[in-house]
Amino acid sequence: MNKTLIAAAVTLAATTLSTQAMARDTINIVGSSTVFPFSTAVAETFGRAGNFKTPKVESTGTGGGMKLFCGGVGVDHPDITNASRAMKASEFEACQEAGVKEITEVKIGYDGIAIANSKTAGAWDLTLKDIYLALAKDVPDGKGGFMANPYQTWKDVNADLPEVKIEVLGPPPTSGTRDAFVELAMEGGCDSIPEIKELKKTDKDKHKAVCHGIREDGAYIEAGENDNLIVQKLVANPGALGIFGYSFLDQNADKVQGARIAGVEPTYDSISDGSYPVSRSIYFYVKKAHVGTIPGIEEFVTEFTSDKAWGPEGYLADKGLIALPDDERAAAAEAAQSLKPMDKPAK
Amino acid sequence: MNNPADTTPPRRAIDIVNASLKRRYARERRFRWLGATAVTLGMVFVVLLFADIILKGYTAFQQTYIQLPIELAAATIDPDGARDPATLARADYMKLIREALREQFPEVKDRRDRRLLNSMISVGAPDLLRERVMADPALIGTTQELWILADDDIDMLVKGYIDRNAPASDRRVGDQMIAWVDRLEAEGRVAKRFNTIFFTHGTSREPELAGIAGALMGSFYTLVLTFLLSFPIGVGAALYLEEFAPKNRWTDLIEVNVNNLAAVPSIVFGLLGLAVFIGFFGVPRSTPLVAALVMTLMTLPTIIIASRVALKSVPPSIREAALGVGASPLQTQFHHVLPLALPGILTGSIIGMARALGETAPLLMIGMIAFIVDIPKGFNDAATVLPVQIFLWADSPERGFVERTSAAILVLLAFLFVMNLAAVLLRRRFERRW
Repeated sequence: MNKTLIAAAVTLAATTLSTQAMARDTINIVGSSTVFPFSTAVAETFGRAGNFKTPKVESTGTGGGMKLFCGGVGVDHPDITNASRAMKASEFEACQEAGVKEITEVKIGYDGIAIANSKTAGAWDLTLKDIYLALAKDVPDGKGGFMANPYQTWKDVNADLPEVKIEVLGPPPTSGTRDAFVELAMEGGCDSIPEIKELKKTDKDKHKAVCHGIREDGAYIEAGENDNLIVQKLVANPGALGIFGYSFLDQNADKVQGARIAGVEPTYDSISDGSYPVSRSIYFYVKKAHVGTIPGIEEFVTEFTSDKAWGPEGYLADKGLIALPDDERAAAAEAAQSLKPMDKPAK
Repeated sequence: MNNPADTTPPRRAIDIVNASLKRRYARERRFRWLGATAVTLGMVFVVLLFADIILKGYTAFQQTYIQLPIELAAATIDPDGARDPATLARADYMKLIREALREQFPEVKDRRDRRLLNSMISVGAPDLLRERVMADPALIGTTQELWILADDDIDMLVKGYIDRNAPASDRRVGDQMIAWVDRLEAEGRVAKRFNTIFFTHGTSREPELAGIAGALMGSFYTLVLTFLLSFPIGVGAALYLEEFAPKNRWTDLIEVNVNNLAAVPSIVFGLLGLAVFIGFFGVPRSTPLVAALVMTLMTLPTIIIASRVALKSVPPSIREAALGVGASPLQTQFHHVLPLALPGILTGSIIGMARALGETAPLLMIGMIAFIVDIPKGFNDAATVLPVQIFLWADSPERGFVERTSAAILVLLAFLFVMNLAAVLLRRRFERRW
């Protein structure tokens, strides 16, 4: 009995290997967990139209997605990768080496990162410098050197802020939101201090260490990748602040409120016009060699870049996407639909 | 020295016992009390956990529907009257639903308001209506009172998850919408009905259309295949190691390694699966097949160890008797020892399977953290599994997913419960005592 089972298993494995070489009829998408909610919404709508199968969307993170995407050409490799940052030159080269020559870059829109607290407490008004000083591991000691962050309350950081214990719930280092937060908010605040800005010219590594280090003494609480959990914890603890994507703020506007950063509130409009400082662009990349081999890629790109999807009134806006400005969006849609190959990125 | 005045009577053993007796009783009482407290505390946490999940999740088994008199106009659905399925499938069912909704609110004229009104209906409602019409084309041309799936925001409002007293700008649902829903509710046109979609559909980005069936089938295929692979290999290995293998340095080494493997963090098996099965053998990503191969590696040590223990517990007299009446060693094992060890082996296997059912970490590496709408139909279709689905829903911003996450946890627990029940029943069925 055991023998037949083993034999059956071996046969099964063998058939898999042979079917692997066959064509695939679903689009495979990999990449960023930030773009995941938008990509899946388009995939579902695309599948519901009934002409093609619903694409499979994997959440692998931007870097992991790039690695899979640049693995090569053929049915084993994904067709599209999502990214919460632009493709790096090194990744582009890796792609070229693996034979992935023509890649179309599509900028989808923006994603804002909100710093929010419970509605039951007052709204916050922070500058990037406040955020940096409150959360950095090492801060300038005023004598040209650095010391371990001594600040316990927001008042210590900035005399205009209330005397509330610094308690910020945010994503762990594995998260793309954390990367973006560090890059945009922490580094932005860091460079607003002249002596650190000087450091950038003289000692780049030190500058990065100083600006990117988040304190580990309990003031910054890693709340896991689950943004819903952060929202729940904020409601339970009105003194705490939380860091998460704009879409969660949008969905939970009755429970939490976004802090004004440098005087700008995180709203759809302020992120769209670029005045809200903690926002980033999000992208997807299409492998042109697969168009024609895998059915539906062109149609999927058309669906994604149609105004009913990514326009300001489209269904992705309901999911929290901040659309590109009208003229830029029209140009991006045209470039995407004609599958214009991208040039090598500058960095 | 030998002064009789200060000679104390010699201490007898009973005195020593009596002196410490009280203290020893107290110690025992303390231990019992601590034990009882630990058990109670554990139970309280379990009850709290279950109460929280059930309280959050039970509402997801109901879904809000809006009853509308829908005129299934032949002109819209089937203009040429041929009842051709392709024509029926292409028809604009959303238009029919919107017209019916508009008739309920004739005063709504403004375009913006109409859009708002339309947003009460789920984007999946036309598909459900289409299925209905295609199943019964005789409905075309009639007007039917049909229950139409409501949008998730309406669902949340009806279920009381949206605070009506909050300022209108902070609510997902505006004052006007609340007034409309209240009016429909007063007319008896809003009802919470059993959420069949949750059990029959794959996942979706819309909470009201999201179902657990895809993940459930994915888990089912993965587990079946894991069992088919790991049970024969595991039991075979245990039987050989325990009963046939010579005791030497090599078998010792193997034994140590099997025990070590049982303690290896599961993510390592995922990395191995990625490198070997996907990278080297080219097994497709995100399929129950590759998941089952990884899970097999993970559960094998558990099954081997449990099986060896079960085989060891079969009394040697059984083997001796079988050999004594002329059975070959193989016949002894397969006809006598193995059947007697089976309850223990099965229990061990099912515990291993239960662990595999709840595992997510190794699946991370092999592409199971994916959005897959279609329900898998075999071992080779793209699929996800229950714990991964829970993880993905827990991370979705829409509020409707909060209750669905809890409901999915309930389904996972039910699955586990059924498996454990099977283990207990099998044990009862086959158990022998000596």
